[in-house]
Amino acid sequence: MGMGFQPVILWTDALLFLLLLACVLAALHVRDTAPLGDAWRKVGRRPTGMAAATVLSAFVLVGLLDSLHYRPRLPDVPAAAQSAAPGAAGKGGAVYSSEVLSALDALLAPLRLQTEKTYSAPFAYTLYQRETVQVPGGGQQRVYPRLVHGASHLADPGAQRSGDVALRTLSALGLAAAGWGVALLLVVWGVARADRLPWGEAASAVLRGRTVLAWRAALATLAVLLAIVSAWTMLAPHYHVFGTDKVGQDVLYLALKSVRTALVIGTITTLVMMPFAVALGIAAGYLGGWVDDAVQYVYTVLNAIPGVLLIAAAVLMMQVVIDTHPQWFDTAAQRSDARLLALCFILGITSWTGLARLLRGETLKLRELEYVQAARAFGVGTAAILRRHILPNVMHIVLIALVMDFSGLVLAEAVLSYVGIGVDPTTISFGTMINMARAELAREPMVWWSLAAAFVFMFVLVLAANLFADVVRDAFDPRRG
Amino acid sequence: MFAYLLRRALYAIPILIGVNLLTFVLFFVVNSPDDMARMQIGVKRATPEAIERWKVERGYDKPMFFNSAASGTARVTDTIFFDKSLRMFAFDFGRADDGRDIAQEIRDRMGPSLAIALPTFVLGLLAAISFALLLVFFRATYLDFWGVVACVAMMSISSLFYIIGGQWLVSKLWSLVPISGYASGLDSARFLMLPVAISVIAGIGSSTRWYRTIFLEEISKDYVRTARAKGLSELRVLFRHVLKNAMIPILTGVVVVIPLLFMGSLLVESFFAIPGLGSYTIDAINAQDFAVVRAMVFIGSVLYIVGLILTDISYTLVDPRVRLE
Repeated sequence: MGMGFQPVILWTDALLFLLLLACVLAALHVRDTAPLGDAWRKVGRRPTGMAAATVLSAFVLVGLLDSLHYRPRLPDVPAAAQSAAPGAAGKGGAVYSSEVLSALDALLAPLRLQTEKTYSAPFAYTLYQRETVQVPGGGQQRVYPRLVHGASHLADPGAQRSGDVALRTLSALGLAAAGWGVALLLVVWGVARADRLPWGEAASAVLRGRTVLAWRAALATLAVLLAIVSAWTMLAPHYHVFGTDKVGQDVLYLALKSVRTALVIGTITTLVMMPFAVALGIAAGYLGGWVDDAVQYVYTVLNAIPGVLLIAAAVLMMQVVIDTHPQWFDTAAQRSDARLLALCFILGITSWTGLARLLRGETLKLRELEYVQAARAFGVGTAAILRRHILPNVMHIVLIALVMDFSGLVLAEAVLSYVGIGVDPTTISFGTMINMARAELAREPMVWWSLAAAFVFMFVLVLAANLFADVVRDAFDPRRG
Repeated sequence: MFAYLLRRALYAIPILIGVNLLTFVLFFVVNSPDDMARMQIGVKRATPEAIERWKVERGYDKPMFFNSAASGTARVTDTIFFDKSLRMFAFDFGRADDGRDIAQEIRDRMGPSLAIALPTFVLGLLAAISFALLLVFFRATYLDFWGVVACVAMMSISSLFYIIGGQWLVSKLWSLVPISGYASGLDSARFLMLPVAISVIAGIGSSTRWYRTIFLEEISKDYVRTARAKGLSELRVLFRHVLKNAMIPILTGVVVVIPLLFMGSLLVESFFAIPGLGSYTIDAINAQDFAVVRAMVFIGSVLYIVGLILTDISYTLVDPRVRLE
């Protein structure tokens, strides 16, 4: 007997966890570097910064859980059937499903598996459309059929549903309050230890918002988040909180799965373009001459092509490459992941020019400063000057670009997927959700819940990212107070 | 000035050649024409004959750069590179997959695109600058604070939702204007009102915030203090001094997009079924009509370069210190 599953590391998973590792290393570095620590403390002092960071962490948690991929093991089958399906056989004769799941899928198993026949409204107990059924006594009748899973635990949903929902919400709120209490204790303990205060004083400082870091804002946001999440935990196994889509999938499940796609596009894009932008921008600014001319030429050419068209051209071409080489990919998930990664690269190639131009300008200024000239006079090599004196002093621009670009990229993904040059149609994303839901707006009565779910999730994610980006920029940009 | 413009125009040539080479590499080197044919016909149905027919129909059966079978200049001109890439410099884009002349199509569709893009641009600019001046006038008050909050909230909503929501509310619920469509002449106003209004509203959050930052940077300068010290009213300071001096950063971002207005908007045109260049592009992308996409890339980059030159000229108009030499 081996493991019950076979881990799968998709390219974007690897890059996301690489990014996480980089963040951890950066955090350790920040702890030892006083000016950087001060700048981040400035972020933490702003209530908006802490609240936005709390919301973003929740999204990141969902995204990371959704990035731990595996192929579940299939029940053992007779040897003859196994040899008929070559390629599916793993080590030791175990057979793994060709479907790639994630840790989030495992957690959300009830949502993922409880599919209905077609549309149903949020909290509904019947389908959205009438169907013709055979009446036991003979003859036919047009009725709204009961859902297979939604509210199926109730005998008389029409009468019991509101009571049931209220009861579950109440117990969810109790659960949330307990969780929040634990979080409050942790924060108070941390504040008491850091500021050497007695517990009582630390607690009153936290609750009155008098701590150095804006813990009260973070805790208030956490309270809202916990209430929502625990309400979903209590309700979602029994109801379709956001309804179901055309093929009966739970919309809440789709929305949660879209988070990872948005995070991948928003972060990996900047991650892959950063090395180019930093290397070329700094080299152009510091070395000048033909290097500068060449870099400027390249980014003028790339800028000259309207972004959407360059992306469209590149995506169309990449699609041809992927479609004509099906042998490269074991599973459908790997193929759609390749397209997602390629989209990140394409967006990166079209968007590094802005950052490179900023870095070039900043380097032009820095190279005339006394400490750089002194280093040059002492005979320090060009590479060492760039690494030791220029790079650390332009990193704030890179960081600001990273956080500022995120929300724009999340919004761009939705538009590109709508236009048909975004993620693979099988990848669950906000763009594909909106695209599917759009066709249903013309229906009477309207199917609004898929759009509403995509809207709420995207709005909260992008708003949090925008607010966080503003606070980070204020803290790190020396030109701002 | 004329010499300067001439030099800028000449400088555009290497950039256009770069764009041209890049598109050529993307469309013909990354993928061979055989790959494209296989994909268009469908991997399963792609027999060698079908692929060959597809290539001959579109002229992709020629050699890439050098035709050794031909004689004279035809050795260079009877190739894919000359046919598909170099001819674009003469605005000869060839035919789309449906057999129509791309250049003619582009001329026909510029009008509807402009009919949406131009009012959107003018109204959006006026609205954003007025709102930004209003916020700056009330700076450091609750109005300013909530104004900025509203801007950030508005720019956090995807443009898709503005369009879907606007269509639903105005056309479906209130039945004020048709949901989509287009007519020529004065009748078109009926169809244009909603898309223009939606585009203006969708863009107003981020642009208001952007202009507000520019004005705030300007307002902390010495000449503003001097103007106030000599007793000018705040309104006069804002309109006569700050607005004028903020023109350079405003023009930098604004003038370059004016020529690109011809290209239309992908989203708005496709949602509202406006027969402009944006919907032309989107249809070409969906039908994977490579010739049209290539043509649009080329036109887009020409318009961008025109925009850059116009930006330089506009500087001389608003700032007498700038001379183009």
